[in-house]
Amino acid sequence: MFNRTAIAPLEYTRKLWMRSWVGLTILFLYAPLIVLMIFSFNDSKRNVMWKGFTLKYYEKALNNDSLVEAMVNSLTIAFFATIVSLVIGALAAVMLWRFRFPFKGLVEGTMSLPIIVPEICLGVAFLIFFAKVDWPSDLPWPLNLSAITIAHITFCFPFVAMVVRARLASFNKEEEEAAKDLGATEWQAFRDVLLPHLKPSLVAGALLAFTLSLDDFVITFFTSGPDTITFPVKVYSMVRFSVTPEVNAASTILIVLTVALTFIALKYQGVKGISDAH
Amino acid sequence: MSGPLQDWKSQKKPFAAVASAPVFWLTLFFIAPMTIVWLYSFGQNAGQADIDISGTLDNYKRAIEWLYLSIFLKSFAVAALTTLICLIIGFPVAMAITFAAPKWRPWLLLGIMLPFWTNLLIRTYALMALMGTNGYMNKGLGGLWEGASWLRTLVGMQPLEAWTPVQLLYNNFAVVLGLVYVHLPFMVLPLYSALDRLDKSLIEASLDLGAGHFKTFIQVVVPLAAPGIVAGVMITLIPALGAYLTPDLMGGTDSQMIANVIERQFKRANDWPFGAALSFLLIYAMFILIALQSMRSSKVKEAG
Repeated sequence: MFNRTAIAPLEYTRKLWMRSWVGLTILFLYAPLIVLMIFSFNDSKRNVMWKGFTLKYYEKALNNDSLVEAMVNSLTIAFFATIVSLVIGALAAVMLWRFRFPFKGLVEGTMSLPIIVPEICLGVAFLIFFAKVDWPSDLPWPLNLSAITIAHITFCFPFVAMVVRARLASFNKEEEEAAKDLGATEWQAFRDVLLPHLKPSLVAGALLAFTLSLDDFVITFFTSGPDTITFPVKVYSMVRFSVTPEVNAASTILIVLTVALTFIALKYQGVKGISDAH
Repeated sequence: MSGPLQDWKSQKKPFAAVASAPVFWLTLFFIAPMTIVWLYSFGQNAGQADIDISGTLDNYKRAIEWLYLSIFLKSFAVAALTTLICLIIGFPVAMAITFAAPKWRPWLLLGIMLPFWTNLLIRTYALMALMGTNGYMNKGLGGLWEGASWLRTLVGMQPLEAWTPVQLLYNNFAVVLGLVYVHLPFMVLPLYSALDRLDKSLIEASLDLGAGHFKTFIQVVVPLAAPGIVAGVMITLIPALGAYLTPDLMGGTDSQMIANVIERQFKRANDWPFGAALSFLLIYAMFILIALQSMRSSKVKEAG
């Protein structure tokens, strides 16, 4: 940082205004989150003055049954949505990578639509769809979450397919042919040769799907009923009607969880993987 | 891609094994719901819960009345302004990451990406807490105000009147700021990946041949980074155009965007066919944007 050599023409990052610009941008991105996390420990009902350290809002948040239930719902939905998205997404990627078939362009285009179509449109589409087919809403837990889970899978699996397909591009098909020449069946070649090659992209895809599902508010807002509140929907109603420090505490827990997941992903891909991925 | 594609006819069983699940899911849980919305947009309310798909175009006629057309235009203006601000903030950041020392690069990228992984609602809420009348932004502005007041007394002028907190939230300014906050990472990443691929010796050549940094930036860096700029603009503009949460939570009564109007048709106003028509108009708008982009990129390919 305090390198004394002269700044070379292309070392833009070492110029002061450039550094301040990046610093201010990072501050803009992080300040709200850090303030929120600090004030979740503040012993005051209002968020402005620091009155002393307390964990009571964490206790309150964890004793707030509807908040905990919403969190459990969110994690359950994210768990199932991730598993199904992973399977469907990986299959879709293999299908597009390996085969020539009629209407391939159309299938490929349609598959990218859930990514492009605005969330609000997808949300109302599921609202209408589940109303039209009379999807049962009084099933026991966790089956009552099925409608939300289905909606989440629809917008998660194209992302998984994208990640897996990028990885497939670097697969040497000769390896698979060699396995088959040596007597492996189609399934064995898939399981023992292709799948291990895909593993990093499957981990990345799973984490992406999990975060997308956990993060989603708009689509869930249209598919959830009174008994199927997810964490974002719960926070939304708390923010709308009564801001309480409990929201800060619950949010901090989720932020920490997200950061932890990101670092797990980094462990798999390596920090360098981030800049190489583009 | 290595090796030729296999024809599905010669590999019917493996093809069926991989293709059936994705195609089934896409048909049942994406095409079917979207088709129902599309059909509803040509219908009208008939009784409490029934919608009669009569092929009427009334919903579309109503959607292009000035009241709704103006909201469409306003949403587009807000999204475009958001995108422009993101581009102005994001370009130097992407440049800084590109030219940073290799060991810093991934950490800077992580720094930009981490908020993007954090829950959207939490981020919006955190920003709102900061912007409230008792929040830190108001305190900061108050501090500046008092500083200015003190400076005035130094030069012998009357001090300014006491600082009164300003309403930063619940207006169009808050919506744009919120959208920039949420979408900034979207812009930086494509810009970075375009700048990273750029041949640095071209910049050096331009500087060596006597162009200043600004001239080099305008005439060399920007044209070469154009694909990244276009990608960043698209990836920011499209979600910003359909934004629901930010205008809903941070906007005032006059700052609703098209997504809020759509939501109202399905909740309070209970006019599903009209909401369906608005949804499809929004989708068509997206398609037009994407078509414009692909037309542009094919033109570039022809020229190159």
